[in-house]
Amino acid sequence: MSLEFREAIVEALGEELERDDRVVFFGEDVAAAGGVFAVTPGLFERFGEDRVFDTPISELALSGAAFGSAICGLRPVFEVMFGDFMALPMDALVNQAAKYWYLSNEQAPVPLVVRSAVGGGGRFGAIHSQNPATWFHNVAGLKVACPAFPADAKQLLKASIRDDNPVLFLEHKRLYSVKGEPLEDPDLPPLGAARVAREGADVTLVSVMKGVHDALAAAELLSAEGIEAEVVDLRCLRPLDVETVLRSVTKTNRLIAVEEGPALGGWARGLLGAVTEAGLEELDDAAVLSTDDTPVPYSPTLEDAFMPGAEAIAAFVRGRLGAGATRLES
Amino acid sequence: MGTTKTPAKQEIDAERLLDLYGRMLLLRRFEEEMQRLFLKGEIHGTLHLYIGQEASAVGVCSALEGGDTVSATYRGHGAALAQGTGAEALAAELMGRVTGSCGGRAGSMNVVDREHGLLGCYGIVGGSIASATGAALAAKREGGVAVAFFGDGASNQGYFHECLNFAKVHRLPALFVCENNLYGEFTPLAQVTAGADIAARAATFEIPAEKVDGNDVEAVHAAAAAAVARARAGEGPQFLESLTYRHLGHSKSDPGRYRPKEEVEAWKERDPLPHTRRRLADDLGIAAERIDATEAEVENDLAAAIERARAAPYPDPATDNGRQYA
Repeated sequence: MSLEFREAIVEALGEELERDDRVVFFGEDVAAAGGVFAVTPGLFERFGEDRVFDTPISELALSGAAFGSAICGLRPVFEVMFGDFMALPMDALVNQAAKYWYLSNEQAPVPLVVRSAVGGGGRFGAIHSQNPATWFHNVAGLKVACPAFPADAKQLLKASIRDDNPVLFLEHKRLYSVKGEPLEDPDLPPLGAARVAREGADVTLVSVMKGVHDALAAAELLSAEGIEAEVVDLRCLRPLDVETVLRSVTKTNRLIAVEEGPALGGWARGLLGAVTEAGLEELDDAAVLSTDDTPVPYSPTLEDAFMPGAEAIAAFVRGRLGAGATRLES
Repeated sequence: MGTTKTPAKQEIDAERLLDLYGRMLLLRRFEEEMQRLFLKGEIHGTLHLYIGQEASAVGVCSALEGGDTVSATYRGHGAALAQGTGAEALAAELMGRVTGSCGGRAGSMNVVDREHGLLGCYGIVGGSIASATGAALAAKREGGVAVAFFGDGASNQGYFHECLNFAKVHRLPALFVCENNLYGEFTPLAQVTAGADIAARAATFEIPAEKVDGNDVEAVHAAAAAAVARARAGEGPQFLESLTYRHLGHSKSDPGRYRPKEEVEAWKERDPLPHTRRRLADDLGIAAERIDATEAEVENDLAAAIERARAAPYPDPATDNGRQYA
């Protein structure tokens, strides 16, 4: 257990900057200061201001600059400090970057990556705690990566930088200090391949980012009670790996998706729809554990209750299995 | 730094001006023909015509070199033709044909033609500014100058302010060309634009900014050539405000009734085409027969191009292999 999540990010950036001269990295406070979450120190010193640079607080200009430089031969990576700020650069990402390859009849690819720190649990309040993945989830042409483990963070960020499409790379801010086994495999996983993080025969729990850790902790609680949960880490939300979930459900017949975000318009309901469409006969149950339809609250008591943590997931599973139901609605 | 004055008219060789005149005429006649085809139902959706503004695109694009790039707007047919996009490919794109610049996937507002340095036309007001800012970021390393065309309305967008600042602090080789035609869609510029001086806005970023008569192709060319040379020399972004006028409404859904008739007539008096023809004949001694021959050549080539475009097939949904990802 030696690779920290934030180290995985800076290692991936450093290795790709080293490997390919076309890669550039920019954002607010990312260069000289090394990032507000201390994720990117040392890159500026190592690669110089032509490749790694600080920018104005102008998210729309950042996304525009990334788009325009990507279609002209660079492979830009830019940081949007908090995921909540992703509403600002949205136009250049949605209306320019995501559509260019198709609309231009494949005249030029758009190899850009936007990294952003997302998610709640940090007491940052409503506008520094959201997960913007679903804002972008139905945009054809975009990819959305959302790793849970340090090794995946490194591998998937490297894969994102080498991908010829615009990739939204989300880093849950509660995972930056998480450590895990490093993986130095030169073969990078494709974007859009889920992974079974824990095997089990009774119920399938599906999540991303911090939710995967919570699901794994819930699985340990349930295991002590004789319930074996299989945990699927989607790793990407677009493309969405329905196949891996379907395989798991074929074994467990029960699907519970855990989403840090509201259910309506969320990825979890979409996943349930896709799995149901393809494998209704395999399902005895399918449900979503999501957050309430309010903004993320600030007060520790409210925020803790808001987040779907391990205890809440375990209670939800018990309820769906009819064993000591604590929360049957959903 | 304040805004600088229109530079003294730089002599353009008579032959070169005849060439630019032919190019402007192509833009004019192309748009007139597209309007005709739109009214016949052969072009779909809407059209934003460039009629009246030809000197602007032709003046700027004639100052560029291979390797430079242009990002334009949904009123972008002029920029495309000025860059050398073929009339047949552009007409076919507007008609949704498979031989179009983008195989019919883009349509009028979103044309891309990389072979001719046209990075794209963008359907969102100000989008071209972002595209060119990014292109200039690449050009700073790879060489070349990135040009953005946009309208007066874009000067009230976040793209304008964010990208001009970004380009300046990073000293990017960009030329921002605001084609001020006095109306943002249906609304007069002055009514919705504090200060109503767009070049002055650029100058507050300490970007060298000039106002130029956008109906005078020689003046536009001279100002653009000087600005492009400064950008190429590493002096950072440059700004031109090209003062011009669209003869028609914003789009095909707009008859343009909000504009005083006298204003429209006054601008039509300053139509860049007759103006340039007079310059060629009266000041530069080009024989009327030669100008007539140029006009006839444009007319014949355009007619043939449009006929070829009309004869091309539509994309077949059954065999179309459209992919979201590269």
